[in-house]
This record gives sequence, C-alpha cells and structure tokens, in this order.
Amino acid sequence: MNPPDSKPLEIHDLTVAYHRKPVLYGIDLEIGEGTLTGIIGPNGAGKSTLIKTIMGMVPSNGGWIRIFGKPAKKSFARVGYVPQRESVDWDFPVSVLDVVLMGRYGHVGWLKRVGKKDRSIACECLEKVNMLPFADRQIGKLSGGQQQRVFLARALAQESDLYLMDEPLAGVDAVTEKTIIELLRDLRNQGKTLLVVHHDLSTAKEYFDQLILLNMRLVAVGEVEKTFTRDLLQKTYGGRLTIFTEVAGQSAGVKEYDKETHPS
Amino acid sequence: MKGHPHSKWSLPRPPLEWRVGISWIILFLCALPLQGEQISSQGDSILERSHRFLTLSDESVRMVLLGTILMGLSCGVMGGLVVTRRLSLFGDTLSHAVLPGVAVGFLWSQSKDSWAILVGATVAGFLGVALISLLRKTSRIRQDSALGLVLSGFYALGICMLTRIQKMEFGNQSGIDKYLFGQVVGLSSSDLWTMAFSCLLILTLTILLYKELLVAGFDSEYARSIGLPVDFLQYLLWLLLAFAVITSLQVVGVVLVSALLVIPAATASLITDKMRAILIWSAMLGCMAGATGAFLSFLGNQLPTGPIIVLVSAVFFLWALFFHPQNGLLFKWLAARNRNQRIALENTLKAVYQELESINFQEETTSVSQLAKRRRIGMPQAHRETDALVARQYATVHPVEDKLAAPPRPTLISLTPKGWGTACRIVRNHRLWELYLTNEARYAPDHVHDDAEKIEHVLGEETVRRIERILSNPKKDPHGKLIPSQQDIDRGFIA
Repeated sequence: MNPPDSKPLEIHDLTVAYHRKPVLYGIDLEIGEGTLTGIIGPNGAGKSTLIKTIMGMVPSNGGWIRIFGKPAKKSFARVGYVPQRESVDWDFPVSVLDVVLMGRYGHVGWLKRVGKKDRSIACECLEKVNMLPFADRQIGKLSGGQQQRVFLARALAQESDLYLMDEPLAGVDAVTEKTIIELLRDLRNQGKTLLVVHHDLSTAKEYFDQLILLNMRLVAVGEVEKTFTRDLLQKTYGGRLTIFTEVAGQSAGVKEYDKETHPS
Repeated sequence: MKGHPHSKWSLPRPPLEWRVGISWIILFLCALPLQGEQISSQGDSILERSHRFLTLSDESVRMVLLGTILMGLSCGVMGGLVVTRRLSLFGDTLSHAVLPGVAVGFLWSQSKDSWAILVGATVAGFLGVALISLLRKTSRIRQDSALGLVLSGFYALGICMLTRIQKMEFGNQSGIDKYLFGQVVGLSSSDLWTMAFSCLLILTLTILLYKELLVAGFDSEYARSIGLPVDFLQYLLWLLLAFAVITSLQVVGVVLVSALLVIPAATASLITDKMRAILIWSAMLGCMAGATGAFLSFLGNQLPTGPIIVLVSAVFFLWALFFHPQNGLLFKWLAARNRNQRIALENTLKAVYQELESINFQEETTSVSQLAKRRRIGMPQAHRETDALVARQYATVHPVEDKLAAPPRPTLISLTPKGWGTACRIVRNHRLWELYLTNEARYAPDHVHDDAEKIEHVLGEETVRRIERILSNPKKDPHGKLIPSQQDIDRGFIA
C-alpha cells in the first residue's frame, strides 16, 4: 500500500512548549507498520502533548512530523484519534450511535449525510465492543468504561491505518481493559499501527510490542525486551534532571535557540 | 437486548415529542378565549379583536405575526446550538455587545436602515467576541469575568451613543429607542426582509452543517483530528447567533433577547436528549411563543409584545418542568409518593408478621398496641397504619372479644391472604438478602440488616429466584430465623 520507505510515523527533533514551559524537547521517533506501541512516562512527561502535537492540535516549536511519508496535515484521513475521556462534555445531547457515526464523518465528507452503509459499519463497531444494546442511549448515561468503549468503537469506524490513543485504559475496570487490549491486538494483526498512551507500568510489558519511554525528552524507544529495563525506567521515572528543566525553561520562550546547547 | 438498531432506525418512530407538542397547541387554543375575557375591558370587543388577529385581515397583524414567528424560529434554533454547548452567557453578552453597532449603523445610514444596522451590529458583536478571547489569552481574566466585562462595557457605550443620536435632528422620529426594550409594531417591511434572510441563512446552514456542528460541539479535539475547521465553525456560529440576536432586537429589545435563546432551548432539553429533537423542539417552541405572545399582546392592547413572548416561553418551560410525562417533576413526585406509600405499607405488614412470629404463629391475630410497640411508634400512628392496611385489603380489624378488658378495648389485626402473601414476601426478601450478603459477599452478620431494610422493597421475583438458586433454597437466615417459602405463602400459615 505504501512505498517501503514511508513509515506510519516519523518524528524528527520535535520541540513543544506550553506557556514558555518546555513539554517536549528534541524528540526523534520512527514507528514501523503493524506495531502496538505504548507511550509511558511520569505525569507531566508530555505523553498527551506528543499525541496532540502529532495531530496538529498543539503547535510545535521546532522539528518535523511525517505520517506515511507526508506532512501530518495531509495524512489526517488515515489517522484515528481517541482523545482522553475527560476532554468532552458528556451531557451533550448525542446518543451512543451518534458518537460512533462521527467516526464515519471523515469518509462522508462535507454537507452530506451519513448513509445506510455508514450506519451498518457503526453498528458493527459497536457490536465489537459489546455496546450495541446501548446504541440509543444518551452518551452521559454510561459508565466510564462504557464511554471508553464507545470512543474505541468510533475509532474503529474510522477505519484508519494509524491510531493515536490518549489513555484508552484510564479508569476502566479489568474486564473492559481486557476487551480493549484484545481489540488493539486485533487491529495490529490487521496491519494497523497503534500508539497508545499508558499510565500503568505493571501492565505495560505485557500489553505492548514496543515502548516509548518519555520524560520531556525521549529516554528510549524500541522493543519491550530492550526498553522495559530497570536502568531505562529509572532514567524515565527517577528524579527529574533539574538543570535540564531549568535551562530548557529559559530557552523555550526563545524561538531560534542554539541547538548546540541542549543535550541530545 | 439483542435487537438490531438498524431496523429501529429505518422505521419512522411515532415521536412522543410531536404528540406532546400537538396537545400543547390544543390546550393553548382552548385557554386563549379564557384569558381574552379577562382583559376585555378596553376598546372593541375581545371577539372582534381575536377575529381580526386570527383572520389576518389586518396588514399590521400580518407583519407582527410574521416577525415574531421568524424571531422565534431563529432564536430557537440558535439557542438550541448555543445552550447545548454551555454558551448561554455568550448569547447574552452578544446581545448587549451589538448595541454600539446598532448606533453606528444608524449614524452611517442616517436613518433606521435595517441592513446598515445589521452590518454595524454584526461587526460590533464580533469585536465583542474577539475581545473576550483576547482577554482570555493575554490576561489572567477568566471567561465569566471577561463576559461580564464585555457585556456591561459595550452596553454602556451603546446606550450613550443611542441617547446622543436621539438628540440629533434625524434621531427623534426614528424609534431607535425600540432597540432597548423592543416594540414589534415598529417593524417595517425591510426589517421583515432582514429577518427572513437571517432566518433562512440560519436554517440552511444548520441543516447543511448539522453533523459538522454536532461533532465540533461534542468533541472539538476529535473534530480537529478529522480535519474539520473547528475555529471557522465556531466563528460561523457566532455570526449566525449575531444575526438571530440583531434581527430580534426590535421585537424584544436588548435585555430580553437572551431569554428567547435560552428558554426554548432549555425547555427542549428537558423534553429530549437528542440533538436533532432539541433543535426542532426549540424552534417550534420559539415559534409558538412568538405567535402566542403576539396574539396575547394584541388582545391586551396595552401589553408589550416582547415581555409577553418571554413570559409565554417561561410558561412553556414551567409546563415541561412539571408535566412532562417522563421527566416532569409532578410525575417524579407522584412516583416517589407512591413508592414511599408502598414501602410504608410493607413495613407495617412486616411488623405484623414479626409479631405473629414472636408467638410462634399460635394465633392469627395481633393487636394495634403490639404493632405500635414493635414499630416504635405512637398509638395514633399505629392506627393510621392499620387503617391503611385495611383500606387496601391487606388486613381486617375487629375489637377484642374479651368482655373483661377495660375500654377502649384494643383492636385486633388479622391478615387477609393478600396481606399474608405480601408480608411473607417482604420478610423472605429481607432474610434472603441478609443470607446472600453474609454467605456470598462475606459481610459480618451484624452488618447486613440496614441494607436488607432497603433492598427488601425493591427485590424482584426473578432476582429472588436467582438468589435462592445460588444459596440452594435456604431455610434459615443468618440469625437462625425461618425464611418463608412459597408453600408458606400459598398455605396461608407457617407449618
């Protein structure tokens, strides 16, 4: 489908700052096709920011991102995004099926209405996450785990090639977690590429093929066996590099900073 | 549970909202003559007036009615979009912020030209919105303060400008003060054209961009991720909102226009939780309020149209709040009252059962005073509860036969088969649940009573069967008391 050299995701020297505070600093990444990758790191490490920057929701201060060999903006049609559960208003008057149908909007295009085929795809996706009986229910009248499954069904309905998911396992019970992980593995087996922000170290090793260890900078990326090591985790979660944080904080407000001064 | 939603969706469901809506219309039509009679003292007769209004024979009546309906439609739809996004206060702010623009448009055209005013007011509205987001981005001012700042600042500026204009030579006959409080009779045909244009624009864009607005409103981050221009949609929403507000100003005035955005939409969201239905309901309620308000103020002669329209919307709102079949407070209150009455009855029955149990079912009767002692209530209350049992044929009462007992002779209670069955079931539920909690959920036996006191009233027969199966048809509860069985219920006594 793609030329062999166009990886699903390539990031080069990416730097992002929020209100003059650096969040990500000099990130280099390459993600191969058909992988299930977890992004782990302590709170405030920039995990969500990384995903939002890839989606173009947070502006970067330097570096570039390519999705399937093209600039990120041109490949959005092939990317599915699952935001954090807290990011939406659950009282909004939409039903479960409405939300999953939103996954089809990218395919339907402007001004047109969703068709029968889209509806049946949406229902299939709901069936896959065992939420079909709730199709007509207002989205706020579900439990947290059910809401997360609806979000996942919407992502499935997008039929994307690359998925970026922001903590899809946050606040779900053990059974739902298992269902979701099974689904993610299915997708990977179909050749899709998945990037999943994950907060639970104890399950990270079991769930993912690859890990991205992140704490403002990229600590490590690669197969679980090579990255889930005491040493690297210590580097990721152990005390902050205080000088690094301070200096980076001073320079983040400056647009054209001197690349030589930051450690890479 | 496994029903396929495809079929559900393809079928045209007979929507409840329509039935309720139609019943409202009928009710209002019935109520109108009544209200008319109360204000029939002035001028020509009320019948004559209603006739003139309803036959639309009068040119001014036609214009007023059209104006109020267009306004209700625009404000209803925009209100639906704004209220579901929790932006009601934005509507209020926008309605005040456009006022300086009205003045500028007036100065520009040197007359009350509705198009010039539309342009001027839209620009002012946008300046207001831009100022709000600028304040939020560059300072520590929070959204609510920013809204309040812009609202009051622009409003003050607008009033100053309008007052000044009224003192100018072309100002005094203009009726520009109508923008503050609104006066529907001042509508010109060019005003109506502006209203029709903006209403058409609002309806067309809302229908065409329905799904884009839906996803951007629910989950803007996701909407961005599928490449939708969320900011553009947001500005389009402001533009349409500004149009709705500006064209409504002349009818209801600056202060009340936000009521027309909020009230119909809030009413609609009481009635339904589907976006499409909220928009349709909100538009319908807006139209109905507009038309009814115009009619009532026409009948009343001196009554101001704008406030009447707002009052009618408020009445609709109260109606939905109390009388909506599913969500209405009245029905919720009635249901709660029924449930409480049932629980009270069941508790009395349980006490009677326990009294009978305490004497090992040697006798079939117990007395009201025993009941009072067990329930820890006074005699009058015990008599009331007994009467409630008798009224529902759960029990019969008769005076004690012992001639030696001093008057007033105690009253004896005996359960009817119906009362016996219900009492057994409640006691069974209670004891089963206690057993379930101790055996399956591993609660300590002294922790389970309070929970069972509540659960006993809600446990369904099917759940009871399941619990019995799990506990393999137990005979005794954790405290060693007998659990009444189905045979006991059928037999009418404990063997």
